[in-house]
Amino acid sequence: MNRQKQQYVTIKGTKDGLTLHLDDTCSYHDLVMELEEKLSVNQTNEPDGPLVAVHLKVGNRYLTPEQEEEIRTLIRTKKNLVVESIDSNVITKEEALGWKRKTEIVSVSKIVRSGQILHVKGDLLLIGDVNPGGTVIAGGNIFILGALRGIAHAGYYGNKEAVIAASVMKPMQLRISDIMSRSPDYKSEERNEMECAYIDDNNQIVVDRLQLLTHLRPHLTRLERRL
Amino acid sequence: MGEAIVITSGKGGVGKTTTTANLGTALALAGKRVCLVDTDIGLRNLDVVMGLENRIIYDLVDVVQGRCTVQKALVKDKRFDDKLYLLPAAQTSDKTAVTPEQMKKLIHELKQDYDYILIDCPAGIEQGYRNAVAGADGAIVVTTPEVSAVRDADRIIGLLEKEENVRSPRLIINRIRGHMVKNGDMLDIDEIVMHLSIDLLGIIADDENVIKASNNGEPIVLDPNSKASIAYRNIARRILGESVPLQSLEEEQKGVFAKIKKFFGMR
Repeated sequence: MNRQKQQYVTIKGTKDGLTLHLDDTCSYHDLVMELEEKLSVNQTNEPDGPLVAVHLKVGNRYLTPEQEEEIRTLIRTKKNLVVESIDSNVITKEEALGWKRKTEIVSVSKIVRSGQILHVKGDLLLIGDVNPGGTVIAGGNIFILGALRGIAHAGYYGNKEAVIAASVMKPMQLRISDIMSRSPDYKSEERNEMECAYIDDNNQIVVDRLQLLTHLRPHLTRLERRL
Repeated sequence: MGEAIVITSGKGGVGKTTTTANLGTALALAGKRVCLVDTDIGLRNLDVVMGLENRIIYDLVDVVQGRCTVQKALVKDKRFDDKLYLLPAAQTSDKTAVTPEQMKKLIHELKQDYDYILIDCPAGIEQGYRNAVAGADGAIVVTTPEVSAVRDADRIIGLLEKEENVRSPRLIINRIRGHMVKNGDMLDIDEIVMHLSIDLLGIIADDENVIKASNNGEPIVLDPNSKASIAYRNIARRILGESVPLQSLEEEQKGVFAKIKKFFGMR
């Protein structure tokens, strides 16, 4: 029997479906060849059977979106198999940087003055004020060690869990994700405590004491960030 | 080698030109060689406030475009022997007649001969502003205790912070009305300084005599008894590195009774 020296594709059955371990040292071409062969050999004659979920583990191999698509179609056309997940240990530098930017806390020490816009992808820690007419935008949360008198927009890419906290909360406008609120037209009494803004159950922005944040957004405590 | 200071505000009508004229005069009175440069091309005023309007032969655009030398265009103020000069702006062209590079070169040339070059900036943040800031080493931001003026000052400070050649700007609060601040009808000084968070160079009380003096073409600084004059002199001394306390805004109480009360230490 003309067997290959090494198996590039290992198939394991689990209760969630099939797990395919794909070798990460061989060439992509060899891998696809063997995958095709293996799946053809293990023909089961149940064309109408239920779909079986397949989890691919590709190890330290990086698959381009085109290659991923090729493997997905290959497996899909073979039998009643459908690729549910592709798990790789590696990501591109670009993705890694993007992920880092989205999850890191960017600390900036400056005064955001009228007409200036400060935009970060992740969380923003501003050491300074936001003056009227100035704007701060963050993909995540906004924390301001100073006075917020301008516009703050947290969760810019659609994160409704994002919060805005400031030592002095006197904003012109607050925006979280796609919800907006503006300051009341009457002058409120001076309050000397730190405050935070978040979206409540009625889908509206509320401003409250900073201390409440611990209960409202417990995940803020966690320092590790997930992908 | 002298120092070039741009006097700017963003908003119009807060007293940039008056401040330029008076600080220039005060510095000249203190014995420094001063050159005032009006960069408000098309809407020149500084010459009028200084009372030098009818002596202008050449202007800034003539110099920049090479029609005459700087020395020829400078107007000498005869009241201060050889201490105070004015480089007037052109009235016939507009702001685009000069580029920031040309201004930089011109100011650099002037710095060789003078201790202080005060650049009067036009209102706005367009070409005229960029021209005025191009050659400056330092900046003075003028504002009044009004929300709109403070907002524009904030914007201008933000822009000035981006200029690499300009040291951190300093603030002058102009036209303060003591009784309005006291009643809470006007922004108070601490509030403005905290908001803009830059160094305060001086405060000037609102004084009708300033307008009178400007109309006569004599900077108010020349009148030693006016409150605004003392304020401008104090600011000039601070520019020269002295530390002078801020002027009190309390208005002098008039009448004999008030004087007697003051005499006995009752207020």
